[in-house]
Amino acid sequence: MLYQPWPWYVAGPLIALIMALLILMGKRFGMSSNLDTFCSIGGAGRITDYFKIDVKSKRWNLLVVLGSAIGGFVGANLLSPNPAVDISDKTVAKLQELGFDSAGTSYLPTELFGMESLADPKVWIVLLVAGFLVGFGTRYAGGCTSGHAISGLSNLQLPSLIAVIGFFIGGLIMVHLLFPLIFAS
Amino acid sequence: MKNLAYIIIGSILGIVLYKSEAASWFRIYEMFQFDSFHMYGLIGSALVVGIVLVQWIKKSKMKSFSGESISIPDKERSFYRYIIGGTLFGLGWALAGACPGPIYILVGAGYWPIIIVLVGAVLGAFVYGIVRPKLPH
Repeated sequence: MLYQPWPWYVAGPLIALIMALLILMGKRFGMSSNLDTFCSIGGAGRITDYFKIDVKSKRWNLLVVLGSAIGGFVGANLLSPNPAVDISDKTVAKLQELGFDSAGTSYLPTELFGMESLADPKVWIVLLVAGFLVGFGTRYAGGCTSGHAISGLSNLQLPSLIAVIGFFIGGLIMVHLLFPLIFAS
Repeated sequence: MKNLAYIIIGSILGIVLYKSEAASWFRIYEMFQFDSFHMYGLIGSALVVGIVLVQWIKKSKMKSFSGESISIPDKERSFYRYIIGGTLFGLGWALAGACPGPIYILVGAGYWPIIIVLVGAVLGAFVYGIVRPKLPH
């Protein structure tokens, strides 16, 4: 059971419990503010006051990040004998049309996240631009999936609902309008 | 002791998101194609339980483990920063197939090219910090 993919009705409530646990520890569930902390550690406070933050007060969240990486290691190496993600047949067909032949056979598309694919400069650009949009967008919006979609909506915050609507506008534009331009050869 | 608690909470989060496949690029693509209920069930059930827990913590005036009163501040009122920032984030989320939590998780899982995404994300946060005064909020 543990080694199979976990169903949503087990994982979803567990995520909510983690959020509540952090609140009861006097903290908040939010993963993207760590990106600001990395900038501060790198000395960005010398360039703009926005990054002049007390890194010590953010240390707890960096430990959560460290834990997540450990969790990823455990999940991938000790708990997943079969990494294939059982996505729907319709999705597999759509992805094959875009050139993702690894759909349905791996955890991440090898076309983007396999070491061999790094020989293609286009992959570097796609990954770098994707990351840039994630980092810029989440700090502009003041939170990501954890801070807005889970924490903010759980606290019935209208701003978080607007942000989540934005997440979906962006995601739908990317997948339906831009993917055919970026990936179809 | 407290440090260890944060690492353990993070580890559980990492395992849950990895094993529920929320950290899989394929699941994010599938979600934006509306081809499966999986991600909607995941976020939806987290929300239902989350709303109950947060409202309970607030209504019962529960104290934190260290005995302090808990206040969950409201998000700042605005429209533009949430809709524009949110849309940019969504574009990246769908392309990278990962939001910030899963980025760290996938580094741990050993998918090294995700480090390029992480570098891009830190760079994006850095550029936002610089151009922030010029953006509508």
